[in-house]
Amino acid sequence: MTAIPETRPSGAAGFLHRYEGLAGRLPGHRLPWLSALRARGAEAFRAQGLPTRRVEAWKYTDLRPLADAGFEEPLTALDTAPPLPRPRGGARAVFVDGRFRPDLSGLDGAALEAGSLAQALPRLEGRIGALASPEELPLVALNTMLFEDGLLAWVPEGTDAGVLELVSVATDSGRPAAFHPRHLIRLGRGARLTVIETAAGSAGARYLHNPVYEIEVAEGATLVHARLQQEGRQGFQLSTVQARVAAGGTYDNFTLNAGARLVRNEIHVALTGPGAACHMNGAQLLAGGQHADTTTFLDHAAPNCVSRQTYKTVLAGRSRGVFQGKILVRQAAQKTDGYQMNQALLLSPEAEMDSKPQLEIYADDVKCSHGATVGELDHDQLFYLRTRGVPEAEARSLLIEAFLVEAVEGVTDETARGTLQEAVRGWWAREAAAS
Amino acid sequence: MTLKIEGLTAEVEGKPILRGVDLEVPAGEVHAIMGPNGSGKSTLAYVLAGREGYEVTGGSVTFDGQDVLALEPEERAALGMFLAFQYPVELPGVGNALFLRTALNALRRTRGEPELDAMQFLKLARERMRALHMPEDMLKRGVNVGFSGGEKKRNEVLQMALLQPRFAVLDETDSGLDIDALRIVADGVNALRGPGFSALVITHYQRLLNYIVPDRVHVLLGGRIARSGGPELAQELERAGYGSVQAAA
Ligand SMILES: Nc1ncnc2c1ncn2[C@@H]1O[C@H](COP(=O)(O)OP(=O)(O)O)[C@@H](O)[C@H]1O
Ligand SMILES: [Mg+2]
Repeated sequence: MTAIPETRPSGAAGFLHRYEGLAGRLPGHRLPWLSALRARGAEAFRAQGLPTRRVEAWKYTDLRPLADAGFEEPLTALDTAPPLPRPRGGARAVFVDGRFRPDLSGLDGAALEAGSLAQALPRLEGRIGALASPEELPLVALNTMLFEDGLLAWVPEGTDAGVLELVSVATDSGRPAAFHPRHLIRLGRGARLTVIETAAGSAGARYLHNPVYEIEVAEGATLVHARLQQEGRQGFQLSTVQARVAAGGTYDNFTLNAGARLVRNEIHVALTGPGAACHMNGAQLLAGGQHADTTTFLDHAAPNCVSRQTYKTVLAGRSRGVFQGKILVRQAAQKTDGYQMNQALLLSPEAEMDSKPQLEIYADDVKCSHGATVGELDHDQLFYLRTRGVPEAEARSLLIEAFLVEAVEGVTDETARGTLQEAVRGWWAREAAAS
Repeated sequence: MTLKIEGLTAEVEGKPILRGVDLEVPAGEVHAIMGPNGSGKSTLAYVLAGREGYEVTGGSVTFDGQDVLALEPEERAALGMFLAFQYPVELPGVGNALFLRTALNALRRTRGEPELDAMQFLKLARERMRALHMPEDMLKRGVNVGFSGGEKKRNEVLQMALLQPRFAVLDETDSGLDIDALRIVADGVNALRGPGFSALVITHYQRLLNYIVPDRVHVLLGGRIARSGGPELAQELERAGYGSVQAAA
């Protein structure tokens, strides 16, 4: 038998092939600045390709399963979409396979300007790519060359815009699809916004969701960004957040990784003005052969800034978790107060956790600490609960929740915290039932 | 509803600790077990509760005619057995109220009783806590986290008061308590006394037995019941020490 030659190139070549075929049709292709930006993306991606484990920053996460799949443009099959989360009654932006769906969204009356990025492109010169440079990260390069749409949210100075839901669902057209949304979120001085994000996908769909966020928090503004990653179990999510926080501003990021076959969650936050703050918390709930990688980079570039990171990972089955967290304290960033904690709970002997904390400090008057632990459920605690009549599965669930509570409690917004707690309970109930 | 232990032998990490314990606690009776440190009292308590690592190598334990040793710890609890730990375990991140309600509802399910919601539970818990002179904020804290020794022991008795077992083992619940706390704990046990309740009270000191007057007193020595008697045996031990028992055994 002769092998049938592969007709569609896969991996990096596949994405470049798509770019070459689509460049004249992508949204904004008539805007010279955007075409030039996409060309930069393509050039950077051609030079770097998909990261391999030989690259230091990707030592623990292997993208070969992704490289082997030949992803195409999504053909939306709406009837295969997972159910949308229950609406909260506020503003909501829904994206299906990376494309904004006005029919499913509700943004009228919101105290912010929000909508489809694709519709607003002519106004976005100098904004897209301002924080996420394609030359720095290969996945940003990939996104830059192929993004079609995304969320544009702008909260005017002094406005409390309440809660905005950002919903992403992936449908299953029967062939692997990739989408690369670009989300731009800007808060004016003293503004406030809570973004509650849900990413889900149809159970059997093979897809890549590669979002890039450019987030700008002006002086004294507060953005709470809670992300629930519940992608389909055959889905890949590679996300990059690039955020910049000005003096007295706050960026809170909480990410719950509960779905996907493989997820990489890269969060870069620069504290650029005195008194800025960043809280990054996260929980990863992994089972089966899932792989979740959280990689954070906190850039303390101004004095008197505070950063707090608490990440908790629960690993069942043969799952694998990764945490890489770097804190850079620049010379100007005196009186920095930085803290990072990363803890893992192994529920199975075949699960594995890799962690790599990194402190790089150039200022002399700073308070910076980090820690990491890996453990199992405590037998004495389990026994104690069981002697009180609590069945073993319920006892485990209670202890897992207790382990996660610290990360979830770090979420300062009530609404976001409630949603996340529900998701954590639901995850365990499903995993316990399945095992 | 009798607890019956016959020829019970058990080892920990390959080391024989219990070497043939025979003991019977009939319904409605409270028995005391005394014995020097390391004589196997806690080992007996753990074996009755089903702790892993405490390997039964021979003998039998039945409660109400059922083979206790074949049951999981939670099944023993469902049967009405309870252990007040010598060293109560801390559960950081688990609120005491949630813990108590989860346990109570788990048992209510096995008894076919409806579960209590948060409000119903709070009402009941407050009532029981008042009786034990426990401050209400102990419900909000993590289970046993940051509790003083006395608070931990009282929390054990609170659990017993809520779960209403038919047979309880109290492992040195008196140690580390001042006289007032001791009285409160004793009241908690005495309140449960009746034909449907029996208990094994493990203690080092005769003192507790002034408040919880036992029907029988047993001395555990070298992994065996070396002597049994009435409440007066406790006083004798207090005076003469365990040496006299050893000599007689
Ligand atoms: N987990 C354990 N590992 C090893 N040895 C143990 C363990 N628990 C108890 N032992 C041993 O068993 C014996 C009896 O201990 P224990 O039952 O705690 O006695 P008591 O409660 O009467 O003081 C002691 O020699 C003790 O060292
Ligand atoms: Mg003991």
